[in-house]
Amino acid sequence: MPITIEMPKLSDTMTEGTLLRWVKKVGDTVAVGDVLAEVETDKATMEMEAFDEGTLSEVYVNDGQTVQVGQKLALLLGAGESKPADSKPSAPASKQSDAQKKPDTEKKASQTKQPEPPAPQPIKTTDGESGQRVKASPLARKVAAELGVQLETLPGSGPGGRIVRDDVVSAHENRAQTVAETPKPVAPAAPALVPPQPVSQQDVQIQLGGMRRTIAARLLEAKTTIPHFYLQAEIDAEPLVQLRQQLNTVNEAAGLPKFTINDFIIKATAVAAAHVPKANASFAGDTIVQYGSVQLACAVAIDDGLVTPVIRDAQTKTLSQISTEVKDLAAKARSKKLKPEQYQGGTITVSNLGSYGVDQFFAIINPPQSLIVSVGAILKKPVVNAAGAVVPGQRIVLALSCDHRVVDGAIGAQFLAELKRLLETPALMLV
Amino acid sequence: MKYDLIVVGGGPAGYVGAIRAAQLGKRVACVEKERAGGTCLNWGCIPTKSLLRNAELYHLLRHRASDLGFRFDNLAFDWSKIIARSRAVSDKLASGVEFLFRKHKIDNIKATASIPEAGRVACKGADGKEQILEADSILVATGATSRPMPGLPVNGKTVIDSHYAMIIDPQPKRIIIIGAGAIGVEFAYFFNAFGTEVTLIEMLPNVLPVEDTEISVALERALTKQGIKILTNSKVTETSTTKSGVRVTVESKEKQTFEADCALVAIGVSPLVPAKVSLKLDQKGFIQIDDRYQTNVPGVYAAGDIIGPPWLAHVAMWEAIQTVNGIFSAATPKRLKTFPGCTYCQPQVASVGLTERAAKEKGIKFKVGKFPFLANGKALAAGEPDGFVKLLFGEPHGEIIGAHIIGAEATELIAELGLAINLEATHEELEETIHAHPTLSEAVHEAVGNAFGLAIHI
Repeated sequence: MPITIEMPKLSDTMTEGTLLRWVKKVGDTVAVGDVLAEVETDKATMEMEAFDEGTLSEVYVNDGQTVQVGQKLALLLGAGESKPADSKPSAPASKQSDAQKKPDTEKKASQTKQPEPPAPQPIKTTDGESGQRVKASPLARKVAAELGVQLETLPGSGPGGRIVRDDVVSAHENRAQTVAETPKPVAPAAPALVPPQPVSQQDVQIQLGGMRRTIAARLLEAKTTIPHFYLQAEIDAEPLVQLRQQLNTVNEAAGLPKFTINDFIIKATAVAAAHVPKANASFAGDTIVQYGSVQLACAVAIDDGLVTPVIRDAQTKTLSQISTEVKDLAAKARSKKLKPEQYQGGTITVSNLGSYGVDQFFAIINPPQSLIVSVGAILKKPVVNAAGAVVPGQRIVLALSCDHRVVDGAIGAQFLAELKRLLETPALMLV
Repeated sequence: MKYDLIVVGGGPAGYVGAIRAAQLGKRVACVEKERAGGTCLNWGCIPTKSLLRNAELYHLLRHRASDLGFRFDNLAFDWSKIIARSRAVSDKLASGVEFLFRKHKIDNIKATASIPEAGRVACKGADGKEQILEADSILVATGATSRPMPGLPVNGKTVIDSHYAMIIDPQPKRIIIIGAGAIGVEFAYFFNAFGTEVTLIEMLPNVLPVEDTEISVALERALTKQGIKILTNSKVTETSTTKSGVRVTVESKEKQTFEADCALVAIGVSPLVPAKVSLKLDQKGFIQIDDRYQTNVPGVYAAGDIIGPPWLAHVAMWEAIQTVNGIFSAATPKRLKTFPGCTYCQPQVASVGLTERAAKEKGIKFKVGKFPFLANGKALAAGEPDGFVKLLFGEPHGEIIGAHIIGAEATELIAELGLAINLEATHEELEETIHAHPTLSEAVHEAVGNAFGLAIHI
């Protein structure tokens, strides 16, 4: 049977993808595992592999085109197969187009008789606000709550028009469509009332890539829907700088890579989050999810945006492990080689602009997390020592942005105090 | 005169399909060469349940009377009467179906049908007269018959199939049953209960191979305890008929030869495809259908055993209703997903949904809940403490994905769980449902609790 290749869903949040480049051309033979094309998602550039073998018979999408998840990209034919009559690309896989297709095939199937008008579909679409009962299976309700799917808008395929799990799952997969149909109080990327236009010849208009769209939508949502509050503390960085020097002298002699200040801060954040688990949590509607391990996301700037690769179970890792992993993930992020499992599922984030000379800032929370640590540069400044004398010192400002639905002021302060304690006596986090 | 629908075959798929079409106001004929009701009513489900009821009673009186406080000095049975009762039950139900045909004004035509082409059915009566009937649609519900075993042809005396087994008279002293599916196991229980020496041979590792392995193993233990000799992982390699009976050589770890008065071949079924029209068949000879149960010939549909496994009357009835609804409306008929399976030996076995084996193969994460009837008040009061309920719940949502029961009335208890699966119930709905006390169904409730650490009585 001819196989239709569709835009795959390569990450949880992916709703559309850009076909950067076809690797295979029409007429090429394709084996299972061959790279068909490169696809840019909201997070990374990925290689799209073939799951079936055959000959690439047709492509419906040109290099550089952005399409919805599920939209037909190409047609793969097996040996001796010919193109089916209706192989033209469909609109983004939508319920509506499915519904339109069905009657056709049904007519074909029973052409010996005149099919009678379709039996009336049981009514199952109710207005959410009317409070009418929605017929949905218990499993469908659980899955819908988990995926955030509105049952009121779904057609049901179960007994008597009941909404069953498959209905919810397919609605979730077609979410791009659903979102467009159901206006939300806050549009994810609401443009300004009058879209700005280029005013002079030097101005350029830059098309949004998948990543830029995601950054725009997610951070707007975070900043407008999460009740942020901010805490900051100046930390004595002397002990940290000294420890780093000692360790790096040893490392240098052994030909090992050096530790960065950021490595220590990530390590300290992981330990602090394990010590103050209430800060390592997410708001989940009716509940708060408090995580049992620290999945530490680390903001990495890349050419056209930023990504937050995740150090798994960071609370269990040594400084050296963290240091190696951060370098590796950052390199992958810059070459856009991160896999979804390397950037999904963070529970807390560290963002460090110290190397740019920023002395302090407050980052926007990375949902569904509740806390982000913003790290500034180490500055030399006069400080008052224990004896009351003004002496030269080294200081660094750490700031927290917290989701007040989860992290109250006292919890945030406790977390920050722990971070300060660990960084000012850095030997503590190494034991 | 032209019919809206002609149904070929009067078994569970055929008669149910015909009645549903009549309910939709259509002109319907049903062509059946024997009595209405098909194998199920005449030579399958129903008459064997009559025989098994006798077996169960006799077994109870013979082995358990003294526990229950009864004494029989001259307990005896009349084999011919037992068989006659079974035949009478079939006869009564077949008349019932014929009555339903009359009630729904369905033409019940007693003839052998063939399909010369789409829209036409040729009916040849017992008197040799042939008539051609015309219809817009034809539903093929011709079913299946016992699959013959190569080298061991059924002769009705020393080699029998299930059809002969339910009218065998006199009672055999020794019987070899080849195949331990539901049919083989039910006859093994039946004959053994009345004192026939039974050897049950199965090629696969367990009796009732489609059931959950834990259930099969429990059943093997129970049947062995009752005196049935069970050989699993065993292949019949040689067979011969002797003057007085049959000789069968079986190879498992070692080679063994068994002799008996007769051998019952119960190794599955073969399709009964109607003659003339060329319908596309699968590798095993069953009719291939599309999403609307339509064959490769437009206007000719098929449902029931003839479209392949599972060969179950209740599945056939459901498929026939789906097919007929689909023929007369634009609604898309549904295809089989979840269905119960029942075996009526004692202890009974019933299941619906996935076995533990299947769930693992599909890579589904699940939780298991179990509850023994030994801890159920009603089971103890009734003197039926054997068996257990085993339930499988998908994770993380706790939806019920499989139910397996072995024990008294298992076949009646399974209905609740079929409904639960069909409605996608999770453990919470089952847990919150009050199950009457004292009933065997409390064991189902407790098995739900057991999966989530909430069972009260274990």
